[in-house]
Amino acid sequence: MAETTYLAAFIAVAAIATFATRVIPFLFFERHTEHPLIQHLGRYLPAAVMALLATVFLQRSGTWSADLPGFDALIPGLLVVAVHLWRRNALLSIAAGTASYMVIQQTGVF
Amino acid sequence: MNHSVFRLTLPILFGYLPLGMAFGVLFATQLDYAWWVAPLMGVVIFAGAGQILAVSLLAANAGMVEVFVAMFVLNARHLFYGLSLLGQFRGAGWRKVYLIFGLTDETYSLLTSRPRGPDRAYEQTVDFRITAFNQGYWVIGCALGALLADNVAFNSTGIEFALVALFIVLTIEQLKALGDSFPVWLGAAAAGAAMIALPPAHQLIGAIAIVTAILLLHYRRIRGKQSSEGEVNRG
Repeated sequence: MAETTYLAAFIAVAAIATFATRVIPFLFFERHTEHPLIQHLGRYLPAAVMALLATVFLQRSGTWSADLPGFDALIPGLLVVAVHLWRRNALLSIAAGTASYMVIQQTGVF
Repeated sequence: MNHSVFRLTLPILFGYLPLGMAFGVLFATQLDYAWWVAPLMGVVIFAGAGQILAVSLLAANAGMVEVFVAMFVLNARHLFYGLSLLGQFRGAGWRKVYLIFGLTDETYSLLTSRPRGPDRAYEQTVDFRITAFNQGYWVIGCALGALLADNVAFNSTGIEFALVALFIVLTIEQLKALGDSFPVWLGAAAAGAAMIALPPAHQLIGAIAIVTAILLLHYRRIRGKQSSEGEVNRG
């Protein structure tokens, strides 16, 4: 019983903490959407955040202690860029990158 | 509409199913709770890295204050996501609470990158379904992982790269839409600096703090220029 109470409290607290990070901007900045600073952040922030997520997760996908450091992630990453610039089809780019990464990880060529 | 939403969210499906399953397997093998608690967490928490962290917090019997602080700090990057969606979610009514609840990295990426028409109410309905589809994939992944635990037959090693590939594709799309590469270099450089200076647990929030600080400086410089030009024009 104490176990169940702990688990229920745990999930509630984790859910509230996560929701809090997502709702706070809407609670405090709702009246200021026309403010030039908010517009500035809205214009530049998404591209910057996307680039940083891509960089961080690409780095974490690679084996940097290998003979060719990080090549197991960099090659699939470059393939995604190349295929996307060529055909500009998101699913195709993602499928090509993921398939090449899976082959590289499962065969351990690097 | 559901067909086009499904197409749009397909990359998230490939990312969330294996990632959700990874969480489910971790949950079932590390902890002694019923299997359905894993998808339940997917329903009420809906955070990838957050839920994986939650498994280790549960295993350590962490106190509630610690749980709150750990989950808040890990997800603190979401504080900045809402800033760029204030206008987009305005007037969404009852849907708004769910749109905000479901703002994961991946949902945010899709909602800020997809082309939008002038009909705001229609676009908000699409946003709502994208969020619901994504959470559906995530919850199914959590359930499958916890149920199957270590009996997964298909060698899915590496399939989680779909999320990295998605972030790369969306970076290119943002770059094309904006026609200005400055934020992309800023994001990559901030990520590099954070990865050198900080332990993995703090790299995302660190990089986002750097990006925000530099964008604030950038804003002040642009505004400074504009107001001095304004004075020249008036004089």
